Amino acid sequence: MSNMKATYGEPKDNYTASLKMKSYILLGWMIILTIICLLPIYILIVNATRESTAIANSLSFLPGGNLGKNIDKLFKDVNYNTVYNVWIGYRNSFFITGFSTVFTVFFSAMTAYGIHVYDFKIKEISYTVILLVMMVPMQVTSAGFVAFMLKLGLTDTYWPLTLPAIAAPAVVYFMRSYMKSSFPLDIVEAARIDGCTEFRTFVSIAIPMMKPAIAVQAIFAFIASWNNFYTPNMILISSKFDQKTLPMMASAIQASDKFTDYGAIYLALTLSILPIVIIYVALSRFIIAGVALGGVKE
Amino acid sequence: MASAAQRRIKAISYAKYGYMFIAPFFLVYFFFQLWPLINTFILSFQANKTGEFVGFDNYKTILFAIGNRTAKNVSKNFFSAFGNTIILWVGNFIPQIALSLSLAVWFTDANLKIPGTGFFKVVMYLPNIITAASVAVLFLQLCGEAENAPGAINLLLAKKDDASQKYDTIKFITGVWQSRGVVMFIQTWMWFGNTMIMLMSGIQGINPSLFEAASIDGATSGQVFRKITLPLLSPILAYTLVTSMIGGLQMFDIPYLYHKDPNKVSDNLKTVAVYIYEYFHDQVDPKMGYAGAASVILFIVTLILGCIAFYLTRDVDEIAKKKQRKKLAKQLKQQNKQFGGLSI
Repeated sequence: MSNMKATYGEPKDNYTASLKMKSYILLGWMIILTIICLLPIYILIVNATRESTAIANSLSFLPGGNLGKNIDKLFKDVNYNTVYNVWIGYRNSFFITGFSTVFTVFFSAMTAYGIHVYDFKIKEISYTVILLVMMVPMQVTSAGFVAFMLKLGLTDTYWPLTLPAIAAPAVVYFMRSYMKSSFPLDIVEAARIDGCTEFRTFVSIAIPMMKPAIAVQAIFAFIASWNNFYTPNMILISSKFDQKTLPMMASAIQASDKFTDYGAIYLALTLSILPIVIIYVALSRFIIAGVALGGVKE
Repeated sequence: MASAAQRRIKAISYAKYGYMFIAPFFLVYFFFQLWPLINTFILSFQANKTGEFVGFDNYKTILFAIGNRTAKNVSKNFFSAFGNTIILWVGNFIPQIALSLSLAVWFTDANLKIPGTGFFKVVMYLPNIITAASVAVLFLQLCGEAENAPGAINLLLAKKDDASQKYDTIKFITGVWQSRGVVMFIQTWMWFGNTMIMLMSGIQGINPSLFEAASIDGATSGQVFRKITLPLLSPILAYTLVTSMIGGLQMFDIPYLYHKDPNKVSDNLKTVAVYIYEYFHDQVDPKMGYAGAASVILFIVTLILGCIAFYLTRDVDEIAKKKQRKKLAKQLKQQNKQFGGLSI
């Protein structure tokens, strides 16, 4: 023992103490980061309840009492109503987002099922193609996309905003990996013996078994589609008010000089992110787990 | 014992169902992704208005400013857009990776035991899911630089002149580097949580016995980081770098919306994606040819980066093993020759 002492020196007495110290310092740093993360959103919500002149003159961390008036202004004032109508925005955004999400998860599950369960000639090639497609960013194809849609006369319709959701390579990849680990092929065979048709096997056996994967991907598809500003802005060329999505309306508020009521602007922004924030607060556990699995980075 | 029914089922070919199941995906993929991509290439070889074939003229105009009177401007704008994209990307990536790497290391450190890791993860990921368009408008409001009614940040930082009752505001929107700084901040703010979670799952994938052995040997946290975490994490770090670069090349929402003049994107923030968008989305005079050519250039850059990502994330050990096996086989062959073809 004395030999070891000579070689390695005195044991460090303050080892745990210094670690504790470090933990506390880091905790402080993380609290600061938390504040930075939340502060802009907090100010957004607080300012939505304050009066315009108060917002312009001072910063406050306490909610004001002007929420009712801001709501009145945003919902009833004609100037605001022609640029930002929250009901039309919610209707359009929920319509596009809803269809995109259902299309994405259903058809991705179907494609993954087709590749996983059946043996056919182009099976491996088709899977490689799907993996390659994951790399091509939307911005690269958008010029050709718009030109093609113009030719077909599909601009200013919702078809190009919902139908492409059927082909979501990243989601297919995810579903295939999930099936590999938790969907035994014996089940399909058992269903066949019982006289179940192929499509019915998929709908009433495979889909219920894949619920966890479908749920995670549905959350991500919903968020991505709701937040999408680029594609609707590009396809809805004549930007008819009736067709605009909520993010488009939120950006239109900025593009006009008519709006000087800061309270109403902050309220409009709050309403545009509200559904996403509610979903996040309710499902954050699944979302974080999904991100950790990777493959969801835009 | 296979029953008669089971044997009959085995004999049926189910291949056609496979095709039926994957058909919708590939149909939609062809119409909405593959054909638009090909169409972009076609557009890049066509004249802006007439659509006639012009060969590489659009590329020459964009890259070398050869062509009509406006060619110089088109080319200059493209390179400035490319420069802006790189500046904005570098400016958001460096703080982002520093922040997320250090946080990931601290959160996964078994010795530190920071309380509330789950809560911090949730909070730090939150900015990532909020609509980027709304975030851009929110920051425009917060960074408002009007002298009589400044935004929240200028209210905090700027001095008020008592005589004129006006604020000496910092030009967060019209200033060149100030506005770039704000966009970099927004991008970092939105993405560091995402990168952090990815890196955390990477660190958790490292064999924990390595960390244990290091701590028994008395390694400091700095040594553990430099000698264990960093080398073993490097494929994931490289992957993060390249995917972030590809993402950075597509940066659109925030630079497109963060400007004061209602109808004009700030020149200091115009990225390649915004440049392309403005050409094909022009209501009066759309320039499909330029948009197509710029898209193809962007595509090629993305492709190169994608190949690098693929190269960096390949299984190095597997390749090394393969090489070794080949070498062994060769040696064996030679030995066999030496012994006159007799196997020993």
